[in-house]
Amino acid sequence: MRRLDKKLGALSSIPMLTVLAVAFVAPLGLVALFSIMPEDVFSIFNMPNFAAYKTFATHGYYKSLLWTLFMAFLATTILLLICWPLAYGMAKVFKRFTLVITIAVVMSLFVSENIRLFGWVLTLMKGGLFEGYLRHWTGVGFESPLYDVSIIVFGIVYVYLPFMLFPLAQGISMVPEDARQAARDLGATHWQILTQIDLPLAAPGIMVGYLLTFVLAAGAMAEAKILGGRAVIVMADDIQTAFTYGQNWPLGSALSMVLILLIGTLAIFGIAKIDLDKIMGRN
Amino acid sequence: MPTNTIMHLKNVRKVFGGFTAVNGIDLEIEEGEFFTIVGPSGSGKSTTIRLLVGIDELTDGKIWLRDERIDQTPANLRPTCMVFQSLALFPHMSVGQNIEFSLKLRKMDPAKRKERAIELLDLLHLPASYYDTRVTECSGGERQRVALARALAFDPEIIFFDEPLSALDYRLRKSLEKELKDLHARTGKTFVYITHSLEEAMVMSDRIAIMKEGRFEQISTPDEIYSQPVSRFVAEFMGEVNLIDVSASKGRIDGEGLTTQKNDATKNMAERITAASGATLMIRPEYVQFLEQGVSADFTVEGKVHGIYALGSRIHYEIKTEGGQILTVEKLREDRYDGGEGDHVQLGWEAKNAHIIEGQSA
Repeated sequence: MRRLDKKLGALSSIPMLTVLAVAFVAPLGLVALFSIMPEDVFSIFNMPNFAAYKTFATHGYYKSLLWTLFMAFLATTILLLICWPLAYGMAKVFKRFTLVITIAVVMSLFVSENIRLFGWVLTLMKGGLFEGYLRHWTGVGFESPLYDVSIIVFGIVYVYLPFMLFPLAQGISMVPEDARQAARDLGATHWQILTQIDLPLAAPGIMVGYLLTFVLAAGAMAEAKILGGRAVIVMADDIQTAFTYGQNWPLGSALSMVLILLIGTLAIFGIAKIDLDKIMGRN
Repeated sequence: MPTNTIMHLKNVRKVFGGFTAVNGIDLEIEEGEFFTIVGPSGSGKSTTIRLLVGIDELTDGKIWLRDERIDQTPANLRPTCMVFQSLALFPHMSVGQNIEFSLKLRKMDPAKRKERAIELLDLLHLPASYYDTRVTECSGGERQRVALARALAFDPEIIFFDEPLSALDYRLRKSLEKELKDLHARTGKTFVYITHSLEEAMVMSDRIAIMKEGRFEQISTPDEIYSQPVSRFVAEFMGEVNLIDVSASKGRIDGEGLTTQKNDATKNMAERITAASGATLMIRPEYVQFLEQGVSADFTVEGKVHGIYALGSRIHYEIKTEGGQILTVEKLREDRYDGGEGDHVQLGWEAKNAHIIEGQSA
């Protein structure tokens, strides 16, 4: 029986494995292969070398990489701070009103990201919704906050809020209410409850939200292009340029590999750092 | 107020929305006693102790701990502690970290903290090696002990218990009841315990309060509550009981199918029934006798044996009286009734074992 179960288990995983192999592993392998091809070729049947990686190292692409990582890190941290109270409310306080917030947040995803970002441009640009009306009524205007690093970070925060909010709310809902009350009863202040009960017990949700948002933010480019007006160039933008305008597939692949390896390492390091099962009381 | 009152409640009320959970209770808890609040679910007993430890805020009323008003003091600043029904152990901490939690908050030196935790493990019959064990690896009974040790750690003035044994199996519960009573004696602390189990209350308590619909129906010793309940509710809640509606006139007690001998004891009862204009006669099943032909008792009733139920050391007989009421008789196995179902029998009991619940009828 057990052997049959095992066989059936292996058999039933075939469709998913096939999808993963064709749609995920194969393209990744292709990109990895292309990244070690000589530059400006369009075939993987060439003598491999590391010319593309050398270009990455010598042509100042590290700046894009650092900006990308810095903004992703900053945006994700801001998201964690602003989503915590809201997620806490959704998990513990709002009760039925939580559904309203969930629907409202999910509805924003119905509209394409680019359209929403252009909406912000119209709102924030000089002569736009805010500045235009203010100048019309008071005669005093202000410089547009657009085309700056801080507005890019704002854009990332705005676009990826749901991806932090929902895992966080899920994580907080896993903190048993009576554990919080017991801590209070034993003498804990609200701050001590937060640091010693809420944060450790909600850690799986925090970790999932943080990694998800960080990975998405590191791959984002619409914010930098539309809101930031390319005030800084992000890695994803460089990759797109290399593949399209630059017609340099090996360079684009090498840049992709660098980004994937870096973020992959960070993600694995983050997941390995905490034992989800242990935190959730399972062994 | 006696000088050894440790906690004093005056007109304490708690309203949730439109629902009054605790409806104006007064109470004095004595220093060092084992005080139990018993009541059916929804009677407000859980809410009451949540108000006393400060987890819930009261709507109205006052609470003193010794001479100090504490009803506005937040839970973390009250010198009381509670053992939760769920135990509420911290799953991400070891046994030692759980026990030391309150001491760490009070910035006690780590070495001293550990010493105290080991001392508590010993008090609760857990090996010191459990200090580093994860609470998630402990059995049900071990978790109980850890929760208790955690509550005792900072030496609170009163420890409250919210039905902590209710989730355990019968045998473990029985042994922990005795252990808890023993622990109470050894620590000399004031324990306030809530349960819906009469047995648990009887085994452990110095005093019992019976709660119903947000009020205390009766507060007394286990013995008095059992033998002299103030209401039908208390009588029925505290175990099997026979209740017969009675009235009295001119020294005569009348009840459905009831024959009463006239003597000093019954005359006294009749006077009380007359004064209360109606009452309930209560007799516990263990005091009812099967009468042999020609033997008499203060009260007698005739009926038919309706059912026989063996409960281990005791046997319950259900007797259907001529009036249609079912009376329960309890006998130890060694002096069981020899007949069978359908027998016509005469039951009797003495006035000194009966109790009059005044002014109440069904």
